[in-house]
Amino acid sequence: MASVQGHNSINRVLDIDGKLVGTMPEFARNPDELLKLYRALVLTRTFDTKAVALQRTGRLGTYASSLGQEAVSVGAAAAMQPDDVFLPSFREHGGQLWRGVTLKELFLYWGGDERGNDFAGPRGDFPNCVPVGSHPPHAVGVALAFRLRGEPRASVCVIGDGATSKGDFAEALNMAGVWQVPAVFLINSNAWAISVPRAKQSAAKTLAQKAVAAGIPGEQVDGNDVIAVRAVMERALAQARQGHGPSLIEAVTYRLCDHTTSDDASRYRDDAEVSRHWPAEPLVRLRNLLTAAGHWDKDKEEALLHKCSNAVEQAAQEYLATPPQPVAANFDYTYAETPAELAEQRETAIALAQGAA
Amino acid sequence: MSELNLVQAVNAALKRAMSEDADVLVLGEDVGIDGGVFRATEGLFQQFGEQRVLDTPLAEASIAGVSIGLAAQGFRPVAEIQFTGFAYTCIDQILNHASRLRSRTRGRLTCPMVLRSPAGGGIKAVEHHSESPEAMFAHIPGIKVVMPSSPARAYGLLLSAIRDPDPVVFLEPTRLYHAARGEVADNGAGLPLGRCVTLRPGRDVTIVSWGAMIKGTLDAADQLAADNIEAEVLDIATLKPLDSATIFDSVGRTGRLVIVHEAPMSCGIGAEIAARVAGRAITSLLAPIERVTGYDTMMPYLRTEAYYMPNTAAVVAAARRTMAYT
Repeated sequence: MASVQGHNSINRVLDIDGKLVGTMPEFARNPDELLKLYRALVLTRTFDTKAVALQRTGRLGTYASSLGQEAVSVGAAAAMQPDDVFLPSFREHGGQLWRGVTLKELFLYWGGDERGNDFAGPRGDFPNCVPVGSHPPHAVGVALAFRLRGEPRASVCVIGDGATSKGDFAEALNMAGVWQVPAVFLINSNAWAISVPRAKQSAAKTLAQKAVAAGIPGEQVDGNDVIAVRAVMERALAQARQGHGPSLIEAVTYRLCDHTTSDDASRYRDDAEVSRHWPAEPLVRLRNLLTAAGHWDKDKEEALLHKCSNAVEQAAQEYLATPPQPVAANFDYTYAETPAELAEQRETAIALAQGAA
Repeated sequence: MSELNLVQAVNAALKRAMSEDADVLVLGEDVGIDGGVFRATEGLFQQFGEQRVLDTPLAEASIAGVSIGLAAQGFRPVAEIQFTGFAYTCIDQILNHASRLRSRTRGRLTCPMVLRSPAGGGIKAVEHHSESPEAMFAHIPGIKVVMPSSPARAYGLLLSAIRDPDPVVFLEPTRLYHAARGEVADNGAGLPLGRCVTLRPGRDVTIVSWGAMIKGTLDAADQLAADNIEAEVLDIATLKPLDSATIFDSVGRTGRLVIVHEAPMSCGIGAEIAARVAGRAITSLLAPIERVTGYDTMMPYLRTEAYYMPNTAAVVAAARRTMAYT
């Protein structure tokens, strides 16, 4: 991988046109692997577009898009083993899908249904973490569990750039360093924490350097270069699994979307800035590489878009056709065994719900 | 059977739980080689080793947060927060994560952890070491809150807390650590969570309390008995979930209720008990409910802390008021 001018040592394989600027990592020499990554990026964006459309028409709750940042979590998930544990923030739809969370589960979650977190696939993965930056300590605990059991597994925790200002993030990095647990912390460094730009978030030159104080390795990667993200994550995960401890990766990307569907970024961010970042988005460069290498063409692109669109559409219909949970469900999952005082409230709620119906 | 003080009983329960179940871990500040600042974890490091008794960096929020990750992976972490004054940064982890992991994943991930912490005043400690924050924790759905009042109950309730499939905040009355002594059978028997314990039967007035205030409450009952007033004393023991049935039953027989707690009065657990009794047993009441509690002020520094904490005389006076009411 190459150092690129303007970023002292950012890891990058492809430039924004899809030209090689670094060494292809081992996995990327297999075109099937690259095609898999590309399909995942396209599926993620297709889901994203549909989710925003459903929200705009009142059929989904507030939704946090991952537009422009798809490569961060897709690259991370692609580097993970199935029995690793993923701890997303709330913009890692692509990584979740890669790990086996279903489109329907994602729709259910964002549609306000807890069953969306009862992943049929990755049973050990954590649900999204909405209180920003409060989950890095969980990743340390999960990784500590692996270390204590002597299992060659690792946890991967994704946080945003804003979350690096939080105390829990600093605490977790520090603890991970002291205990040398197999955890990788990945920053989706997308330049904006709602309305607060990166420059007002921290005076640190890079967020990766926050690793230095914790005594762990930290490095930057071009977060729009899915090959580079996967390669850097594979390296960090291999280190972790071999007992060489945690690391911090800053994936530098850009939030092409609003913070969420409840946000209007035009209040604080120039359209011109967004436009400037569009050419660097992650899908086009990989498509260019694949096309140049003769692995991709217009027909394949159209077929893929059609396939993704069908899958997303079908999942959306399944989600919309899923009736809400009965009122009792919320009581039944509060404790393993419902205490008497709660059982009483449960009966009240059921009676009230029946009355309303 | 051996006579232990309360902190020794906590220690015995931890040893028992760790011996029985290899998934039980202890973590916190100074819990390892030092055995904890109150010696609650004494000997654990030597007996179970650094893989199961983990000294943490000084970061309370992450002590709770790391426990959540461990618990989600099937361990049963018992985290110690050195004093409840330092536990407030853990509330984010307990409220936003530990308490709701089961619910938000519909049972896929659970959080069988215990957060232990000494609580309450009366040990002449520096500021921030003497508060009683049980109501703050008890307001959180999805967790249990326990506060023992004797070595035997500390032992049995802590064992049950560790074995419980859900998160438990276990508050240990600091001033009973050495002051409370009693027989403890180290036989691995847990005491049920969510049940009051009737410490003294009586026909005239029900006095409910928990934790360190139990001693003053029992002393008050002795003084009242000298005047032929028979007080029934209940140790609430588990503050969440609350055993209303036992309280209703007692108040149904006595018609009078005095609630004693060290924590500030407003929005305290006494208010919850009073509301439940008013809702379900008001026709049994022969007198207004009395609350004998700490004040809605800061916990004072050590020179005046005795003025803050309810004492035996205050409990006796409150019970007498309920008896005199016509």
